[in-house]
Amino acid sequence: MTTLVGVLSFVAVLALAVILGYLVVKGASSLDWNFFVKNPVPAGQAGGGVANAIVGTVIIVGVAALIGLPIGIGTGLYLAEYGSGRFGWIVRFVADVLNGTPSIVVGIFAWTWLVRPMGHFSALAGSVALAVLMVPMIARTTEEMVRLVPHSLREAALALGYPRWRTSLRIVARTALAGILTSCLVGIARIAGETAPLLFTALGNLNFSSSILQPMQTLSLQVFTYGTGPFDEWHRLAWAAALVLMGLVLLLSLTARWALRSRHGAAR
Amino acid sequence: MTAAAVELVPHEAARTPRLVQHPTQTATPVIDVRRYAFWYGGTQALFDLTFTIPRRAVTALIGPSGCGKSTFLRSINRLNELIPGTRHTGDILLEGVSVFSRGMDAVALRREVGMVFQQPNPFPKSIFDNVAYGPRLNALAPERDMPERVERALRQAALWDEVKDRLEAPGTSLSGGQQQRLCIARALANEPEVLLMDEPCSALDPAATQRIEELLVELKQSYSIVIVTHNMQQASRVSDLTGFFYLGHLIEFGDTKQLFTRPADERTEAYITGRFG
Repeated sequence: MTTLVGVLSFVAVLALAVILGYLVVKGASSLDWNFFVKNPVPAGQAGGGVANAIVGTVIIVGVAALIGLPIGIGTGLYLAEYGSGRFGWIVRFVADVLNGTPSIVVGIFAWTWLVRPMGHFSALAGSVALAVLMVPMIARTTEEMVRLVPHSLREAALALGYPRWRTSLRIVARTALAGILTSCLVGIARIAGETAPLLFTALGNLNFSSSILQPMQTLSLQVFTYGTGPFDEWHRLAWAAALVLMGLVLLLSLTARWALRSRHGAAR
Repeated sequence: MTAAAVELVPHEAARTPRLVQHPTQTATPVIDVRRYAFWYGGTQALFDLTFTIPRRAVTALIGPSGCGKSTFLRSINRLNELIPGTRHTGDILLEGVSVFSRGMDAVALRREVGMVFQQPNPFPKSIFDNVAYGPRLNALAPERDMPERVERALRQAALWDEVKDRLEAPGTSLSGGQQQRLCIARALANEPEVLLMDEPCSALDPAATQRIEELLVELKQSYSIVIVTHNMQQASRVSDLTGFFYLGHLIEFGDTKQLFTRPADERTEAYITGRFG
């Protein structure tokens, strides 16, 4: 039995190793200075980079975080501190359902409610779609982190005369801060690689754009367009973009782990 | 200690005139409990409590686990009301005013009634900030007077000499006994009238316990202290009055010496002689 589960775990780890290894083999050779700082060149020509997609990813994910994090953290704090009633139960249930909603469904709603009324695709619509995906995830993990704060700390603050909401913000949220930051990083890592909802919203852009009201390229969209395109040059860049995206997500996850560990270190 | 106590009076007088100390007023009770009963949902935890807690004295509440003494303590500063489904009848008066009255804000109440818990629970902040938390919240002193106020509270809690060179160190870096004295200093920094202590020594070693007990005797010069304890020796050592709780009833309440030497009720006698509990 031990051998069996051991083998199964090995298969799970193997998947990551194979994907990462293959990405490095196919993509690493294309990673040069130009790849990061140059914009794409017309199809068929050699050279060029994905600077537009890197900047686009940062902008779209950044705006999504700006919208999604405050709502998600606020909801999580509410659920942990005041969510014992019926309304809390409903919020928790909705968050769980939303958490399991396929991202393409969220994308089609963003298209219907933002892209159509605005008349054109935009990075902003993409950010909103990603924020919607982010909120339930952040809310539930924040709730768990806040629940880890010892009850005795809460009581200490209340007994000093702190009003309940201020106790939540100043004592509880601050004590859980490292945990909340970790959940934010994990949430960002999770949406950074989303592609489906962006197809309807940010659309992608073969040129550089920094206007959030215009279509914008992201690394994930770049992988999709270039990977399915007809040119070898594009395929090469798609592998490299996939490697960068993977590296980015990995980096965020590692930072999150490190932050969580330093929190436990501080508790000692 | 005496110097600190003298300093306190004009300030207290300015804040709440009703707390001005006249020699005769020390005789009036600080807390007056009238037919107080309390329920957790459908379970009644306290039954018809009526007694008074004297000013500037240590009142100990003893009794077996689950007898309601902590519940009563947490009724005084209304910490219980945060638990859903609780209710009460009767009244508890602080300085003649019902703690449950409409005009009594829970926040203002907890400023007057400090509390120290079973487990030392300093905030994950510096020693200085731990003590300054209450005064800052309640805007009791301008920030420039904070060092003085923090020092006074730490001196009252007999911790100043041990921490004066490392006020910026985290409160959690102190030993258990020091942490508990830090929590006492944190409560005293609000300059409350009443100090509630919920088994403050149960997590401490004998030496740290002895320090806290010595401290209590000093603190009762300036504060009215109510202490819940499982330790009967502790109650007999530090308190002036003792109440014996059993199954949510106050069985006996009176002078500590008398209660321990000549208890009026046979259940009290059985408990203090160790026949149950």
